[in-house]
Amino acid sequence: MPEAGVIHDIGYQHYDGPRLGRRYATWSIYVHSVRTAFGIGRTAKAKFLPVGLFALACLVSLILVIVSSQLPFPVVTYVGLVASFTFAISGFAAIVAPELVSRDLRNTALPLYFSRPPHRTDYALAKLLAMVTAIFVMYGGPLLVMVIGMSFNTNDGVSGILSEFGDLLPGIGAALIHSIVIAAIAVPLASLTGRRVFATGLIIAVFLLSAPIAGALTNFGRGAMEYLAGIINPVVLLDGVDSWVFGSDTVGAAGLAQIGPYGGVYGLVAFLIAFLGTGLVMFRYKKVKA
Amino acid sequence: MPGQDRPRSFLRVNLIETESLEKRYGGRVTALADLTVTIEPGIVGLVGANGAGKSTLIKLALGLLEPTGGRIRVLGLDPLAEGDAVRARVGYMPEHDCLPPDLSAAEFVTHMARVSGLPPAPARERASETLRHVGLYEERYRPIGGYSTGMKQRVKLAQALVHDPELLLLDEPTNGLDPEGRRQMLSLVHRIGTEFGISVIVCSHLLGEIERICTALVAIDAGRLLRSASLSSMTQHSDLLMVEVDDREDVLKERLSGLGLSVRQKDRVLMVTLNGDDTFDTIRDAVAELDLSLHRLEQHRHQVADLFREEVSHA
Repeated sequence: MPEAGVIHDIGYQHYDGPRLGRRYATWSIYVHSVRTAFGIGRTAKAKFLPVGLFALACLVSLILVIVSSQLPFPVVTYVGLVASFTFAISGFAAIVAPELVSRDLRNTALPLYFSRPPHRTDYALAKLLAMVTAIFVMYGGPLLVMVIGMSFNTNDGVSGILSEFGDLLPGIGAALIHSIVIAAIAVPLASLTGRRVFATGLIIAVFLLSAPIAGALTNFGRGAMEYLAGIINPVVLLDGVDSWVFGSDTVGAAGLAQIGPYGGVYGLVAFLIAFLGTGLVMFRYKKVKA
Repeated sequence: MPGQDRPRSFLRVNLIETESLEKRYGGRVTALADLTVTIEPGIVGLVGANGAGKSTLIKLALGLLEPTGGRIRVLGLDPLAEGDAVRARVGYMPEHDCLPPDLSAAEFVTHMARVSGLPPAPARERASETLRHVGLYEERYRPIGGYSTGMKQRVKLAQALVHDPELLLLDEPTNGLDPEGRRQMLSLVHRIGTEFGISVIVCSHLLGEIERICTALVAIDAGRLLRSASLSSMTQHSDLLMVEVDDREDVLKERLSGLGLSVRQKDRVLMVTLNGDDTFDTIRDAVAELDLSLHRLEQHRHQVADLFREEVSHA
């Protein structure tokens, strides 16, 4: 055998290096989950869908920028951009949340995590935050494309660029709110089943099937019902929250919600969903068999 | 940081100590009842039939389950109150499949090392080193989904070993393996216990298989302790002679008992405790005096295993 090909077995070496605690371990689950959401470290097949959706969203944003540059007024505000992507991104969440959560249930991988330093609730929160991050990245790409495109398009030099970035802030705020609410719905639903198909179906059902109900109630309802029916559907709800928080003049916003004087109710419901969703995921993993 | 302040060679703390440990599921199913046992460092076999409570004991030790009664300490710590410290020092290989099919072994074991608290660079180094120790080389870059059962078991072992634990808990590591795979897995476990200097508790429903590599055995049945003993101490002073005669073995049994020997009858075979070379002469003389024809007189080596086997089968 040639000398170069010989593998020298130096025997087992004990590990004397640092052992970082529970917080680092939880962070590792978070990072791994965000990577999983975009198929990083996995096969090309796993990357195809999330990366494809991301590229598509950026492309749509680019087209909007080009159209805006040809018109005297912007086609869409940053908040409006976020709102118009929300339906598509709820589809992304329906595919990715089961990837993050149901897979570990399906593979019975939870005992491996729970026999390590992170607590059950740490695992749950890491997964939820990873989902929030993944959704935020999906919003962030188009927002970034838009702010860069509009900055090139401005006629007012540096002050024009600064004003674009000032306009971006509400957009980032809206993206954050949307990410948290969508994740707080998708992750608890996905954590109910180890079958990814069911989990995806469940999430899509909540987002899509509630839309016609909300629409019908808005159209046929009277008084407060007309304004409050929107909270049934998460996408309309988020649209209402945008109107309430960032004002109703968000040009190009999906315009789904008619919040009337009930903007505060929309805000409260969104907060409750985020709060309850987080609580439910933590509760679920406290109880789940490992 | 756990484990750093005490050098391994001085670590003589008991692996697991339980006191009247009890675990019931939903008030009706009793998995463990009044289990009091002390498990000392070494390679310890935890044996019992399926459903005897082996996995439950392991999960209680990891703090994955809460006992409904009694006390358990692992490496001198309470797994419920000091769960983080226990789990940082223990490696666990579950019985069931737990591997993500679409990740490579290298990626997966690195991830698990990080979840155990190893910084990124050491996590990667130790992952490939550990995979090499369990016998996975170039395959480790392929997705686990394409692995054979034997390779999957090795990955499961590697993820339990990657953070260099002080105690390894292996739940049925030979499950689903063919005889050659079993032999390799057991010799690997033996190497971990001896060369690597890591204490191992290995669960199995096959006593004959693990008795060869263990320093001590703990047998449980229906959630109760059947027997706990160190193998060396038992085999030293209790070799048995197997005596088989044509017929009238009961007469021979009476005669030998009368002569002060300890005799047990198992079917047609008499098991006589060996007390030095005189025992051979006593048996020979007794057989001659009773005019019996002797078929077999041989030293029996696997006495501990037989004691366990008998009790397991009785229960």
